[in-house]
Amino acid sequence: MKLKTALLATALTSVGFVAAAQEVTVMSWGGAYTKSQVEAYHKPFTAETGIAINSVDSDNPATPIKAQVEAGNVTVDVADVEFSDAVRLCDEGLLEEIDHSMLPAAPDGTAAADDFIDGALQDCAVANIVWSTVFAYNKDNNPTAPDSIDDFFNLADFPGKRGLRKSAKATLEMALMADGVPAAEVYGILDTDEGVDRAFAKLDTIKADIVWWEAGAQPPQLLADGEVVMSTAYNGRIFNAAIAENQPLEVVWDGQILDFDLFVVPKGAPNKEEAMKFIAFSTDTQRLADQASWISYGPARKSSGALVGKYSDGTTDMATHMPTAAENLGNALVNNFEFWVDKDAELNERFNAWLAK
Amino acid sequence: MALPTHASTLERVWHYTYLTICALIFLFLIAPILIVIPLSFNAEPYFTFTEKMLKFDPTGFSTRWYDLLLTFGMNEPDAVRDSKWWVDAWNNAAWINAAKNSIIIGFFATVIATTLGTIAALGLSRPEMPGRRIIMAILISPMIVPIIITATGLFFFYSSIKIQDWGIPYLGVILAHATLGIPFVIITVTATLVGFDHSLTRAAANMGASPTRTFFKVQMPLILPGVISGALFAFVTSFDEVVVVLFVGGLDEQTIPRQMWNGIREQISPAILSVATILVIISIALLTVVELLRRRSEKLRGMSPQ
Amino acid sequence: MLTTVDGKPLKEALAYAQSRAKRRAFLLVLPLLVFIVVSFIFPIGQMLYKSVNNTGFTISKDFGTGVSTPIMTNLAEWFEENPQGTEPTEEAYAALAADLVVLRELKAPGQAGTRINYELSGSRSMFTKAARRAQKLEPPFKEALVELDEDWANPSLWQAMRTASNAVTVNFYLAALDRKRADDGSVTMVPENRQVYVTLFKRTLLLSLMITFTCFILAFPIAHLLATLPLRKSNLLMILVLLPFWTSLLVRTTSWMIVLQSQGVLNDAMVATGIISDENRIQMMYNQTGTVIAMTHILLPFMVLPLYSVMSMINPSYVRAARSMGATSWTAFRRIYFPQTVPGIGAGALLVFILSVGYYITPALVGGADGQLISNLIAFHMTKSLNWSLAAALAAILLGAVLVLYWLYDRLIGIDNLKLG
Repeated sequence: MKLKTALLATALTSVGFVAAAQEVTVMSWGGAYTKSQVEAYHKPFTAETGIAINSVDSDNPATPIKAQVEAGNVTVDVADVEFSDAVRLCDEGLLEEIDHSMLPAAPDGTAAADDFIDGALQDCAVANIVWSTVFAYNKDNNPTAPDSIDDFFNLADFPGKRGLRKSAKATLEMALMADGVPAAEVYGILDTDEGVDRAFAKLDTIKADIVWWEAGAQPPQLLADGEVVMSTAYNGRIFNAAIAENQPLEVVWDGQILDFDLFVVPKGAPNKEEAMKFIAFSTDTQRLADQASWISYGPARKSSGALVGKYSDGTTDMATHMPTAAENLGNALVNNFEFWVDKDAELNERFNAWLAK
Repeated sequence: MALPTHASTLERVWHYTYLTICALIFLFLIAPILIVIPLSFNAEPYFTFTEKMLKFDPTGFSTRWYDLLLTFGMNEPDAVRDSKWWVDAWNNAAWINAAKNSIIIGFFATVIATTLGTIAALGLSRPEMPGRRIIMAILISPMIVPIIITATGLFFFYSSIKIQDWGIPYLGVILAHATLGIPFVIITVTATLVGFDHSLTRAAANMGASPTRTFFKVQMPLILPGVISGALFAFVTSFDEVVVVLFVGGLDEQTIPRQMWNGIREQISPAILSVATILVIISIALLTVVELLRRRSEKLRGMSPQ
Repeated sequence: MLTTVDGKPLKEALAYAQSRAKRRAFLLVLPLLVFIVVSFIFPIGQMLYKSVNNTGFTISKDFGTGVSTPIMTNLAEWFEENPQGTEPTEEAYAALAADLVVLRELKAPGQAGTRINYELSGSRSMFTKAARRAQKLEPPFKEALVELDEDWANPSLWQAMRTASNAVTVNFYLAALDRKRADDGSVTMVPENRQVYVTLFKRTLLLSLMITFTCFILAFPIAHLLATLPLRKSNLLMILVLLPFWTSLLVRTTSWMIVLQSQGVLNDAMVATGIISDENRIQMMYNQTGTVIAMTHILLPFMVLPLYSVMSMINPSYVRAARSMGATSWTAFRRIYFPQTVPGIGAGALLVFILSVGYYITPALVGGADGQLISNLIAFHMTKSLNWSLAAALAAILLGAVLVLYWLYDRLIGIDNLKLG
C-alpha cells in the first residue's frame, strides 16, 4: 500500500514537470486576434529559428505586465499593448528599451525608421497593427441599417440593447461625436470638465440599455446571440465573425477610433534576447502583410500595404475592410495617446462612479 | 410527516400547497444544474434549446462539444485519430492539460490539508486544549475571509518570496488550496470526534497499548469516514477554486475552473457546457461516496436509520 | 487546604498533571497553526500594510537591477522644515527642480506623478513633462516651473506632495470612503460624480441582506420537510440540496447565465407559452436581479444545513402537546415550533451573510453594471487600475466588517457548532 502510494505520487509529480526548452512567452488579446498572430508570426518564427512560442491571453495585456514587473515576478517576454499603455509603462521604467536599428529594412531598402508609419516606433515599443474601435450591428435584428454614430445612441429609431466596452477610453469619445462634436475637437472638449459631463450625459440617454463587455470576443457573441442589436467592438473581431463564421454582422465605420497596437518587452523578461529577435522578425514587411490576411487590421509599415491581398479563404479582398481604407476614414478619430496617458486614472474613476449609480 | 387523519380540509389544502412549494424549491435547486446536460449535446453553437432538440430530433443532438474538449489547443486536431493523435491530445489539448493540473494540484493540496487538519483536530477535540475557541477561529478563518482578499494577499506574498524560483511547480497554488481546504477538514473531523466514544481509548490503554498504537488501531479506523469526508471536501474546494488560481497561478498553470473562466469570456461556446456536465457527474459520484461513508460510519457506531 | 499524598496542594497537582495533557494537545495543533499563520495570516497582514504605506513618492526601485533609491529627498526636507500652511518659497521650488532632475535620471517621474495623481488628477503629466525639461531649468525656479504649467503653483498640489512625502499615510482609507484632504489638511468629501465606494459598501450590505432573507424564505420549508420526513426519504431529498453544494461554482453561475439571459431558456419558455411577448423579454441577467438569484441559489445549502440540524433535534411532542390543548396549527407553529428554530436561523443567516459580503465571481459574471459588489472594485484596483494601496484599503475595511460579524457568530453560536451536514 505504501509503495503504491509513493509510486502514484511520483507518477503524478512527473506528469507535472515539463522540460523547459528555449521558448518565448507572448501575451496577446485572445480569440481571433491571437489566432492571426499565431498564424502570421508565431508559426513562421518557430519554423525559422526553432524557438517555441508560448502564447497566452489576457483581456488587456498591459495590466498583467505592470503587475508582474512591479511584483518582481515576470513570466512574459513579449506583450501586445495599446498605444497609451505602451507610453505610460515606458515612462514608469517598466519596459525594456528597444533598439530600432535591429529592425529589418523594407524590401526596397527603406530603413525601418522611415518605413514605419508616424508614431509607430517608440522608445520601448514597436507597432505592429493599426486597429479601430467601431460599432457593429446584426443584420437580422435591424430592419433599417444604421449608418452613423448618432444611430448608436438613437433608441427611438433603433430600439434594442447596445454593447459597449467597459472602459472610459473610446466610449467617451464616441459619446461626444454622437453629440455632434467634430472629430478634430473631441479631445479638446474632453479635456474640460464640461466636456466630460457632456459625454456622460449622452451616455445616460442609453444607460439602461447597455450590456458591458470586457473581452474582445464578447461583442460578436453578444451580437450573434441577439443579446444586443448594436455593439462597439474591435473591428477585426467583427470581420472574423462575419467572414470566417458567416454571422450576419456588419461594421459601421462612422465614428471609428483608430489606434496602434505595439509589441513591448517587460523589464526583467526571462528571455530578453529571443524576445527582441521575435519582435524584429514579426514586424518585418512580409509578416505584417501576412497578418492582414487573417484579420482586418492594417499593417504598421508603409511597405506592407502593397502586399496586402486577400483573406486566407482566398476570396475576400482585405483592402476595403481595413480601418485605414480611404472610404472608411470619413468621420474617423485617431486616439490621442497623450491624453489618455494623463487622464486614464481620473476618467476611469469617474466612469466607475457613473456605472455604479 | 404524514397527514394526521383528524386534519381539517383547510389543513389538507395547506399540506398539499406546502408540498408543492417544497417541490418548487427543490426544482430551483436542481434544475439549473441538470439543464446543462441536455444543452451540452446541442448540435448548434447556441445556448438554448433549438427546435430540433425540443422535437427530440436526433439530428439536433451531437457530441461535437465533447470532441472539442479533446481537440482544443492541439497542434493537428484534424489528423487521423491514431496513437500519435492521442499523444498530441495528451500533450497539447488545453482541457486535458487543465484536467491534469487540476488533479495534481488537488491531490497534493488535499494530502497536506488532510494530514495537518486531522492531527490538529485530534488536538482540538481534547477537553484540555488551551485557547480552543480562538485557535479554532483562526483555523476556520480561510473559509470566512473574502476570497479576493486571500488571493491578493497571497499574490504579493508569493511574489516577494519568489516562490516561482524554488523549483517546485504549482507550489504556490498547492499551498493556497491547502489553506482553503483546511477549515473543511477541521470541521468534519472535529464533528466526527465529538461522537467518538473515548472509553474505547481508555479500554485500549487499559490493555497495555501505547498512545500511538491506540491511535492507529482504535481511533483511526473509526474516524476514517470523517477524515475521508473532510478530504473530499478539501479536494472539491481545490478542484473548483478559481479566484486564487487566477491571481497566484503562473500563466501555464491552467486548471479546469481557470480554463472555464477563460471560456466564459473568450470562446463562449457550449464546450463549457460539456465540461459542466462532466463536472456535475463527478459531483454526483463524490456525493454518493460521501453518503455511503456516512451510512457505514453509522453502522459502525451501532446506529441505524429508522 | 486539600493536599495530595506527598503534601502538594491539590490544585497545583491537578494543574501539573493537566499541563502535560495540555501541552500534548497544543503540540498536535501547532504544525497547522504555524502553517496557517505563515501561509495565510502573514500574507494578508503584508497586503494590508500596503494600505497605509505607499512609497510611490519616496522610493524608486529599478526593476531591472532591483536597487532602491530614495527620491524627492530635497522636497521632503523642505516640508519637514516648514510646517503645514507655509507658502512654497523659491527654496521649495529649487528643491523640487533638483528632485525632478534626479527623477529623470532614475526614469521615475511617472511613478512619482502617479502617486500625486491619486490625490490630484492630471498631475501625472505635469511630472513627466517637467522631468523631461528638468536639466534645462534655470533659477528663478518658481517662474520656470509655472511657465511650464501654471498648476505648479496650485496649493492643492503642494498639499498632495506634502502628504505623499511621507510613505505612511491614511489617505487611501480616506479615498476608500470617498473622502480626501482639502488644501488646509482637513477631510472633505470628493466631488459627487466621483463618489462610488460608500455607495458600493451600502449596496453590498443591502444585497447581502436581501440574499440572506431570500435564502431564509426558501430554506425554511425544505429544512422543515427534511427534518420531519423519515430518515430514508429525507436522505434522498438531501441529495438534492447537497448536489448544488458539491457542484462547481462556475458551473452553477454559467447555468444561471444560460437560463436567465434575454435569449435564454426561461425567457424563451415564457415567450413560447405566451406569458410575455418577444419584445418584452424580462431582463434578469447582467443586473442586480441576476446577482440576487444566482447568489441565493449558490448560498441556499449554507442556510439549509444549519436549519436542518437544529430542526431535526426539535421534539415533535411539544407541538402535539400544544395541539392537544386546543391550539390551531398556526398558533402551534408560531408559538412553539418557530421559537425553537431561531438558533438555526441565526446560524444560517450569519453564515450566508458573511459569505455573500465577500463574493466576487458571481457578481463579476452576472452582475452587469449595477449588480457589482465591493469585491469587484477591489479586484478592479488590483488588476486593472493597479492602485494597490487603494485596493488594500478597501479590502481592509471589508475584512474588518467580516471579522466583526465572525466574532458575533462566535459569541452567539460558537465556531465549534458549525456543521456542514
